[in-house]
Amino acid sequence: MTLALKSSHTAQRLETRQSAPPVNGLPLSLSNVEKRFGALSVLEKFSLDVPAGRFLAVVGRSGGGKSTLMRLIAGLDKPTSGTVAIGGETVEGLNPDVRLLFQEARLVPWQRVGENVGIARGPDWQETARATLRDVGLEGRENDWPSVLSGGQKQRVALARALVSQPRILLLDEPFGALDALTRIEMHRLLETLWTARGFTTVLITHDVAEAVALADRVVVLREGAVALDIDIDLDRPRRELADPRAVDLQRRILEAV
Amino acid sequence: MAEASLAGSKNDTSNVTRKSPVSDTASGAGGVLWQRLAPWALPIAILILWEIASRSGLVTARLIPAPTSVAAAFWRLLLDGSLLYHTLASTQRAVIGLLIGGGVGFVLGVVNGLWRPAETFLDSTIQMVRNVPHLALIPLVILWFGIGETAKIFLVSVGVFFPIYMNTFYGVRTIDPQVVEMAEVYGLNRRAMILRIILPGALPSILVGLRYALGFMWLTLIVAETISATNGIGYMTMNAREFLQTDVVLLGIIVYALLGKVADLATRAIERRVLSWHPAYQGQEKGTP
Repeated sequence: MTLALKSSHTAQRLETRQSAPPVNGLPLSLSNVEKRFGALSVLEKFSLDVPAGRFLAVVGRSGGGKSTLMRLIAGLDKPTSGTVAIGGETVEGLNPDVRLLFQEARLVPWQRVGENVGIARGPDWQETARATLRDVGLEGRENDWPSVLSGGQKQRVALARALVSQPRILLLDEPFGALDALTRIEMHRLLETLWTARGFTTVLITHDVAEAVALADRVVVLREGAVALDIDIDLDRPRRELADPRAVDLQRRILEAV
Repeated sequence: MAEASLAGSKNDTSNVTRKSPVSDTASGAGGVLWQRLAPWALPIAILILWEIASRSGLVTARLIPAPTSVAAAFWRLLLDGSLLYHTLASTQRAVIGLLIGGGVGFVLGVVNGLWRPAETFLDSTIQMVRNVPHLALIPLVILWFGIGETAKIFLVSVGVFFPIYMNTFYGVRTIDPQVVEMAEVYGLNRRAMILRIILPGALPSILVGLRYALGFMWLTLIVAETISATNGIGYMTMNAREFLQTDVVLLGIIVYALLGKVADLATRAIERRVLSWHPAYQGQEKGTP
């Protein structure tokens, strides 16, 4: 409750410079999900509930089923058995309320930055793209070509592209893995600000334990297709203190479970 | 193939913009002027030596006429209008053939690139026909169409079809699958996917195909016109040969070279315009970190 109050307070403070009003996230629920590729079982009887508007981080080693989990939630793949539900409805293919940020920015090189953000060409896409670019700190860059941007700027454009349609669930598949340490911290702060202001449910996949603790409300460690640790991160926001002893302790506990 | 050509263009532009430190220290404006003129020095020297050799009788003027005789022939044919007449006749054939052969090649390249069943059905046949030198069809084409316009336009169409088809197909097939997946996730429909993602992405490769096609276009036309025609540059040179007008023959060759150069410059201009997003076409601009 105190956390919720704090979040809404920050949201109000931020609202003046955010173009979009806060959107309520959707709850996410996986029950007894199983995913097999031939004989290989990637997820086994996997269940997970994420309440609306929460920030979940999924940590695990490569090949631990993290990306598979993401593709199931995004509707890019179907589970072998079990159900994935968003807002109480079973996922059947792609859902416009769900947006996915890939490991690579995946910008279209022959479209300008603004055109990339407004890729789906919704109503008033140019105006909305401009406003969303301002929110991610790239004001006035809509006419640049993607090739002149740095790696961090490209991921900012990808983030704007994901947010432009006001998604209610945002999926992040290690989007900051290829960035340098300083840019990564900038991106963490930006994402935290946007999440606080807009309130979308967030699932972040990462193998960076520090990143998980810096951003999420709750960390789930995925090992061999099952939950090895499920832990709440009850630290104050905004999280600016890098060497918080409580954060260090949480990181140690998560690392032991990975 | 696309990469090689793009890298080539990049080198060309950097050669123009980059100044050598030697010329900068030499003598300012004079150094720049010398740099401009240097590429022309050798051709001009050759022309002067050629002129001297021809006038002094070192070479037979009937076999290798002096540059001034070629220039005189140019002036003569320009004034009586025949040069323009033959050039236009050739250009018209070239353009019509390019539009037909290139158009069919482009459409088949896109269809086969996008749709596997079409590729399975058509591609192996096309690859088989591609290995027949199209100029070997000349006797057959004359039997089919006689020696009229149709025969020459047909040959040009066949000549330009393959490079455009191959490069369009390749361009469509080699689009980054990650970008395509992203576009699907963001809900682009089939039409938007083709118009905004696939065709622009295939464009660098298609333009490489176009440049190859232009080469084949002039080559086919020269051969077709020297064999059977009543006008065109090829006819003009073959006719001149009958009367031992070597200067006109040389002039015809030079006109072909110029037409080829003009076509290549036009494609490069198109490339610079439509590929302005490509890093190879973006001068010195760099992103700020």
